[in-house]
Amino acid sequence: MEHLRSPANILTLIVVGLCAVVPFLAPALGEPFYVIVFARIMIWAIAAVSLNLIMGYGGMISFGHAVYLGIGGYTIGILAFHGITSAWIQWPAAIGACALISLIFGAISLRTKGVYFIMITLALAQMIFFLSVSAERYGSDDGLNILSRSDFGVSFFDLNDKLTMYYTIFAVLLASVFISWKLVHSRFGVVMRAAKSNDTRVQAVGVSTYRYRLIAFVIAGVMCGIAGLLQANFERFVSPDMMNWPRSGELIFMVVLGGMSTLFGPVTGAFVFLMLSEILSTWTIHWHIIFGPFLVLVVLFARGGIHGLLTRRSDKGVGP
Amino acid sequence: MDYVLLTEQFLNGFQLGIILFLMAAGLTLVFGIMDLVNLAHGSMFMIGAFVGGTITLVTGSFIVGVVLMIPAMLIIGIIVEMTTLRTLYPRDHLDHVLATFGLILFFNEATRLVWGPEGLVVPLPDFLDGTVALGAITYPVYRIVIIAVGLLVALGLYILVSRTRIGMLIRAGASNRTMAGALGVNIPLLFSIVFGIGAVLAGLAGLIITPITAAQIGMGEDVLILAFVVIVIGGIGSIRGAFIASIVTGVIDTMGRSFLDVFLLLFLPENAAESAGPALSSMMIYILMAAILFFRPQGLFPPKGAG
Repeated sequence: MEHLRSPANILTLIVVGLCAVVPFLAPALGEPFYVIVFARIMIWAIAAVSLNLIMGYGGMISFGHAVYLGIGGYTIGILAFHGITSAWIQWPAAIGACALISLIFGAISLRTKGVYFIMITLALAQMIFFLSVSAERYGSDDGLNILSRSDFGVSFFDLNDKLTMYYTIFAVLLASVFISWKLVHSRFGVVMRAAKSNDTRVQAVGVSTYRYRLIAFVIAGVMCGIAGLLQANFERFVSPDMMNWPRSGELIFMVVLGGMSTLFGPVTGAFVFLMLSEILSTWTIHWHIIFGPFLVLVVLFARGGIHGLLTRRSDKGVGP
Repeated sequence: MDYVLLTEQFLNGFQLGIILFLMAAGLTLVFGIMDLVNLAHGSMFMIGAFVGGTITLVTGSFIVGVVLMIPAMLIIGIIVEMTTLRTLYPRDHLDHVLATFGLILFFNEATRLVWGPEGLVVPLPDFLDGTVALGAITYPVYRIVIIAVGLLVALGLYILVSRTRIGMLIRAGASNRTMAGALGVNIPLLFSIVFGIGAVLAGLAGLIITPITAAQIGMGEDVLILAFVVIVIGGIGSIRGAFIASIVTGVIDTMGRSFLDVFLLLFLPENAAESAGPALSSMMIYILMAAILFFRPQGLFPPKGAG
C-alpha cells in the first residue's frame, strides 16, 4: 500500500469499484446478467483470497481447497433439505463443519511436505467429493436444490432481496481481504512467512511451525467455507462438481494469475479468470483449447501474475 | 460368505491394481527422476486409449492396435516433454501443477475436437472374449490377460531399471542428477526417454481397459488421482512401492465396494449399513492413505538415496 498510485493499486481500485457499482451500472447499460456474473466472481474471489493466505503467504500448495466450498455449501443444502433454514443455525454449522474438516485434513497433510502435501490435499478432497457423489439421499451427481435461502429472521436483512444478497457477498469479500491483511501483518503472519522461507530456522528459534501452519490452514478452510455457504445461497443449488478437483486447480490458477502473496491479487485473478472464460465461451464451445495453453503460457512467462507484472513495471519507473 | 464372489472380486481388484500400477509406474519414475509433478499423465492414459482404439478399429485387430500404440505414445510423450515439460524442470512444484493442469484442459478439448464428445467403443477380439474355469469360478479371459500383461510389464520394468545400462543411467539420474550429468550422461535425452516410457505405460493402461469401459474424455483423471494415492502410499520414486501399493489399493477398493455393506451388517442395523456402506467404501482407500501417512509420512517404501 506504499505506492498508492501504482498500477497494481489502480487496477485493484477499478476491480473493487466495478464490483461495488455493478448492481446499478449493469441494468442501466442493459446487461443485467452481469450482476450475476459479478456475484459469482466475488464468491470465487473470497475462495481465492483464502487459498492465497496459505499458499501465497504460507507456501502450502493445497490442491484440494475447493472441498471447503463444497462442505460449506452442502451444510447449507443438507440443513435446508431437512427444513432447517435459520441462518443462525445454518451459518455456524457450515463454519463449524469447515473448521472441523480442515483441522483433520490439515493435521494429516501438514505432516508431509512438498509434492506429498499437494497430492494428499488432492486425495482428501476427492474423498469428500466421492462421498457427495455416493450420497443418494442428497442428489448424488445431480446435486441438491435449495428451496429457500438462509433466513436471518429479520425483515431488514433478507437474502432473497437481490441487492442484499449481492452486497452481503461484496462485504464478505472486503472482510476476507481485510482479515488477510490483518493476519499477514500480525506476529502470526510474520511466523507464517518466515516458516515459508526457512522452516528449520523458525523451528530453531523455538516456534512450532506445525501449529502455526495448522491454524492458518483452518482459517483458510473456514474462509473458503463461507464462500461456499454464500455460493449455496446465491445459486440455491449445490452439487459435487463445486468441489471436484478441477475447481481446486482453477482456484490455484486464479491466485497465481492475479499474483501470489499480494493482497488483492487473488481478487484480480478471479476477475480476469472468470471474465475470460465467460468471453471465450461465447466465442466457441471448445474454449478450453485456447484456455489450456494460455494457462501454460502464464506459468512460463508471467511469474508473479498480473500484480507482479504491474509492480515490476512501476518499480522501473519510480525506483526501488 | 460367498467364496466364489469373493475370489471373483479379489481378481477384479487385482486387475484394477494392475491398471493403477501401469499408471503409477510412469508417474513415480517421472517424479523420482525429474522431480516433476505431472497431472497430464492422465491425458496420456486417455490418448493411448483413443489412439490405440482408432488403430484397432481401422485395422480390425486389437493386437495391431496395442503394438502400434507403443511407438505412437513414445513419440507423443517425447513431443510433450520436449515442447512443454522440459521448460518446467527448474521451476517449483506449483508451476508444474498449473502448467500440467493447463495441458489437461488442452488435451481433453483436443480429444473432443478430433473424436467428438461421445468417446470410442472398442470391441474385444473374439479370441479374448470368453471365460475360463478357475476351480469353482468362471472368469473372463480378458481380465486374466490384463493381469498377465501387467505382471509381465512389472517384471520387464524391474529388469530394465535394475539390470540394464539405461536402467543404471535412470537410477544414477534419480539419485544425483548433477553428478550423473557431470559424468557424461545425456540428462535431457534420458529425461525424454523416461517420459516416453511413462507415456507408453499410461497409454497401455488406457488402451487395455478400453474394451471394458470404452474410451471417454477425461477417463484418465480418476485413475490419475488413484495413482497419486498409490505413489504416496508406496513412496514416491519407488517402482516396488508403486507395485505393492497398486495391488493393495486395487484390491481394497474393489472388495470394499462389494463387501463393506455386508460387513457392516454384522454390527449395524440394516438401513444404516445400506446407506453407510457405499459412502464408506468410496472413502476407504483415502482413509488407508491417511493412516499410512500418519505413521510413515514418506510412504511405505521410500526409495534408497532419495530425500
